[in-house]
Amino acid sequence: MFGYLGIDVGSVSTNIVLIDEDEKVCDSLYIRTQGQPIKAVQKGLEYIRGRISDEIVIGGVGTTGSGRHLASIIVGADSVKNEITSHAVAASNLVPGVQTVLEIGGQDSKIIILRNGVVADFAMNTVCAAGTGSFLDQQAARLNIPIEEFGDIALKAGNPVRIAGRCSVFAESDMIHKQQMGHNLPDILAGLCDALVRNYLNNIGKGKEILEPVIFQGGVAANIGIKKAFEKTLGVEVIIPEHYDVMGAVGAAILARDAVRKTGTTSFKGFGVAEEMFEATSFECKDCPNLCEVIQIKAGGQIMARWNDKCGKWSNAIGEKKKIS
Amino acid sequence: MKVTFPHMGNMYICLKALLTSLGVEVVVPPMPSQKTLTLGTQHSPEFACLPLKINMGNFIEAYEQGADTILMAGGIGPCRFGYYAQVEREILEDMGLKMNMVVLEPPQKHLSELLINIRKVTGNRSWVDIVRAIRFAWYKARAVDEVEEILHRIRPREFEPGSADAVYKKALKWIDDAPDRKELKKAVEAARLELDAIPIDREREVVRIGIVGEIYVMLEPFVNLEVERQLGRLGVEVERSIYLSEWINDHLFMGLLNIKGSKEARKLAPPYVNHFVGGHGQETIGSTVLFANRKYDGVIQVQPFTCMPEIVAESIIPTVSRDLGIPTFCLIVDEHSGDAGVLTRLEAFVDLLERKKEKSAVPESTEKKGEQVCLDI
Repeated sequence: MFGYLGIDVGSVSTNIVLIDEDEKVCDSLYIRTQGQPIKAVQKGLEYIRGRISDEIVIGGVGTTGSGRHLASIIVGADSVKNEITSHAVAASNLVPGVQTVLEIGGQDSKIIILRNGVVADFAMNTVCAAGTGSFLDQQAARLNIPIEEFGDIALKAGNPVRIAGRCSVFAESDMIHKQQMGHNLPDILAGLCDALVRNYLNNIGKGKEILEPVIFQGGVAANIGIKKAFEKTLGVEVIIPEHYDVMGAVGAAILARDAVRKTGTTSFKGFGVAEEMFEATSFECKDCPNLCEVIQIKAGGQIMARWNDKCGKWSNAIGEKKKIS
Repeated sequence: MKVTFPHMGNMYICLKALLTSLGVEVVVPPMPSQKTLTLGTQHSPEFACLPLKINMGNFIEAYEQGADTILMAGGIGPCRFGYYAQVEREILEDMGLKMNMVVLEPPQKHLSELLINIRKVTGNRSWVDIVRAIRFAWYKARAVDEVEEILHRIRPREFEPGSADAVYKKALKWIDDAPDRKELKKAVEAARLELDAIPIDREREVVRIGIVGEIYVMLEPFVNLEVERQLGRLGVEVERSIYLSEWINDHLFMGLLNIKGSKEARKLAPPYVNHFVGGHGQETIGSTVLFANRKYDGVIQVQPFTCMPEIVAESIIPTVSRDLGIPTFCLIVDEHSGDAGVLTRLEAFVDLLERKKEKSAVPESTEKKGEQVCLDI
């Protein structure tokens, strides 16, 4: 039986899933990237190798997330896709007929509008991370409660306080103010959830037509308080898919399967890459005042890829001579 | 007197031609780079938009190379750009850099206003010489645009990414070096031959995207993070709503020459925008309509962060998009923009368009209801 790997290398976490021919998730894995994407991918593969049953042969591998190009070189990916497309693919496959995808991760948040199974519109946060998971993380840490309990405590609120949601700096000072006034913890947490949802809908979701079914995914979907706040504000039911936290990786795996169906073979290098030594180095190109910091990946003394140059002199010199997309 | 000017895409080629053929010594500032941006942001008000910061960087770098006079464009209307020449002069003065600033305001009544301003730099050259020099500069602008249009066609179809860009780079140099019209013609011809010789995939179904928005960001590749090249690599054919020669005709020649310009775009802006909103806000809307009418697959609006006219347009574009069924995407640039994030969004937008295009090409009946469709790569 064939299995397909999806690898989502994000800034905070690296997620790996294994799906079967019918898009069923057989295994999923969450690793903190901790600024070492290569290590994270290798560790993940090592782990999956140990758990995979003998009948499954890897038929394809896809990568996504901000580290997708790096990961694709290490594992030999069949498809390399941006996280917006990957999330949309996973959502429309796991929840047929979905029309709106709300996605909030650690550092970014996005909304994807699908019509007839196709992405019709999307938006992603640009200059500000106020409406994202890291904001909640910080506030939970400030209030000294574990992030896992955040949502449940918020649900106990009788009268959520109003907290400015536009900017996390304002929100924090507002929150401190409310605390000093003597509001109880559940009310403040529920207020924070409302603020985050308001911020998200005003910034990311502005002008978008939010139609049912609405699904909510990404790490923050674990927070039941946010789900309730979305339902209250939008007045519709919000579905949280089973694998809400690894949807990007699921999408990457599905895309890999489809890519392999077209090409017939996979370029997966095998689990052996977990032991291979990859060396990432960078140098400053001094040919023009842009002073690009070119990154290169070496394996076994051979340069496999270079990127991050503005003019394309280094990245075009080696590597794939094909259209990226 | 050593004259310099701010960069805006390939405009340096025309300005250099204009001034050198009048015997003025020219200092072309180094092409905008990270250094330009760093210098510019260091010496500009934080809340100003990116064009002012790049201008400042250009001037400082040109000063380092000995320039003492600046030829700067002015402007009218609610866009802040009209005030930038004055602000920049003050900043340079505060920095203790001694530079003269000659501001070319768009002529209000008669073309002679422009000529008088140009004469401030050229001294006592005869009017005939000046007019001849302007014409030569104009032909250079046309030459650049001609080559660029071919580039836009080749780029998404070439088998080996980067080959068209390599020729384009050379072609710009040929055009820039051409001393007279005869050589200029030869340069364009050579560029055309070499570009056409690049092996391309004629069968390839390309997505077509129109680029609209703020003129400076549209024309200056360093500022727009080379959006055209990035899209080209993703297999997208791009067309800008305005090219250099059209801008020159619109703004400096009062639209006297009979070429495509912003008039058509302005005409199409109502009922969405019925009057001038500053900068190119009205044209942005009109051009979006135009691209939709011409059956483009999508439109990308580019703007510098905090650009008022484009913010007006940005809030109206969703209505146009809904009415005419053309997907749109807005790219806002500022000094921080890392290109990885931009590329992710561009990729996703192109995916959306490709998928939509494929879907409209396949008759509906082939898709069973309820069957899941997967985004293709």
